[in-house]
Amino acid sequence: MTTELRGKSAIVGTGHAGFGEAHGLTAYDVMAQSALAALGDAGLKLSDVDGLFCTMMEDSMPALMAAEYLGIQPRFIDGTMSGGSSFVNYLTSATMALDAGLCDVALIVYGSNQRTASGRLVTASRPPAYEAPYNPRYPISAYAMAAARHMHEYGTTREQLADVAVAARAWAQHNPEAFERGPLTREDVLGARMVGDPLTVRDCCLVTDGGGAIVMVRADRARDFPKAPVYVLGSAAESSHRQISQMKDFTVTAARDSGARAFAAAGVTPADIQAVELYDAFTINTILFLEDLGFCAKGEGGAFVEGGRIAPGGVLPVNTNGGGLSCVHPGMYGIFTVIEAARQIRGDAPGIQLEDIDLALAHGNGGVLSSQVTAILGSQNTL
Amino acid sequence: MQDAKGPDQLFQRALAEGEILLPKCDDCGAYHFFPRVLCPHCHGTAISWKQATGKGRVYTTTVVRRSHDRGGDYNVCMVELQEGVRMMSRVEGIAPGEVAIDMAVTAFVGEAEDAPAVLFKPSEV
Repeated sequence: MTTELRGKSAIVGTGHAGFGEAHGLTAYDVMAQSALAALGDAGLKLSDVDGLFCTMMEDSMPALMAAEYLGIQPRFIDGTMSGGSSFVNYLTSATMALDAGLCDVALIVYGSNQRTASGRLVTASRPPAYEAPYNPRYPISAYAMAAARHMHEYGTTREQLADVAVAARAWAQHNPEAFERGPLTREDVLGARMVGDPLTVRDCCLVTDGGGAIVMVRADRARDFPKAPVYVLGSAAESSHRQISQMKDFTVTAARDSGARAFAAAGVTPADIQAVELYDAFTINTILFLEDLGFCAKGEGGAFVEGGRIAPGGVLPVNTNGGGLSCVHPGMYGIFTVIEAARQIRGDAPGIQLEDIDLALAHGNGGVLSSQVTAILGSQNTL
Repeated sequence: MQDAKGPDQLFQRALAEGEILLPKCDDCGAYHFFPRVLCPHCHGTAISWKQATGKGRVYTTTVVRRSHDRGGDYNVCMVELQEGVRMMSRVEGIAPGEVAIDMAVTAFVGEAEDAPAVLFKPSEV
């Protein structure tokens, strides 16, 4: 059943900044440059923004910090922090706020300088009290244990995990915006430094700087902007836990629920989706989300990704910008799933532009497989 | 710690005395972990403490790779106790890479980060 919000809002601008290394810039500098880029894309000014949707890694009041930095006084803010999924989640709250008339121009924005600032994940999040004494490496140990359990239950192999990274790199090699564009083979991934068994450093996302931004308006004025509008057809979230020790089944994520509801809201099925943008913090993520979102059956994700089936020229285009594994991963990647999905639909993807894309899926993951948010985006033809 | 009151304090005090206590809901009878003021299954608030059997199985495991200078590789795993609760821990007494899913393990109170902590060792066959 579709919801009342189907197609009520549209993305009319996307932007990014500081990909790779943003030397000498703070996280908020990168955030602001991303905001300007997206507003420029939409033909709007900062002074037009009256709804701000933002969270950052280093603060507990990031939306206020961002509004202050940008010199705006928004009448609606949302700084809900569910990790990297936050920015996909803001599609829902921005659509609701726009539809209710609580704001007219919604800006979703993020920025990070984690690579040049520290070279590792920056977080204001406290280590969980009942896990911290065992020194798990956050967040990789959690994903490594999910991968190990998936391998145990379904016979998923390290080679299949590696093929996720190889496919991401193959997309990235065509994307001038991607940070890692060198050749990468299955053997390279398997032979790379092991960081948390069964994951090598090439099974892990990049640590880069970068920011992204999205401008949204109500659908009734979405055609008044320079770029073709991209409509939010459905978006849904499901939150299952915070600490990995509280995840019920390490092989099934809440994406099963968020996906089912997003598809129902949009009135489409996985078979209709032409481009799939998933939050691939680790290679196991792509396998889990393809299963849980219904692109293949539970346990078959390994076979589904094997041998270039999600690479350029494969059966399903997945992470067409190169993903968090090869394009960009500045602490939280979620916003880039939406940006790439929107650009594929608009026809101005930076790398391989797929032909005639009307429907794309963006999926955000937050925490340690904790928060799952799925959005279905569509062109004018899908309304 | 003598006048420990909250669930976390009670758990930690028992641990400091060498005991592993698990919270169990009086209403639905299910155990839970981590300790808290309500039952996450039925949301009842009458919670009792029970001595853990200490018997468990490894649900999943990883080796955290660390340079030799900084102490070398170590195990991090999830153990499912017979009571039905799961906790993060590590298995000691064998190489970190030898810890395997479904391995039977037994809890003991050891030390982690200079504080008492629940650790596991392979069960005697």
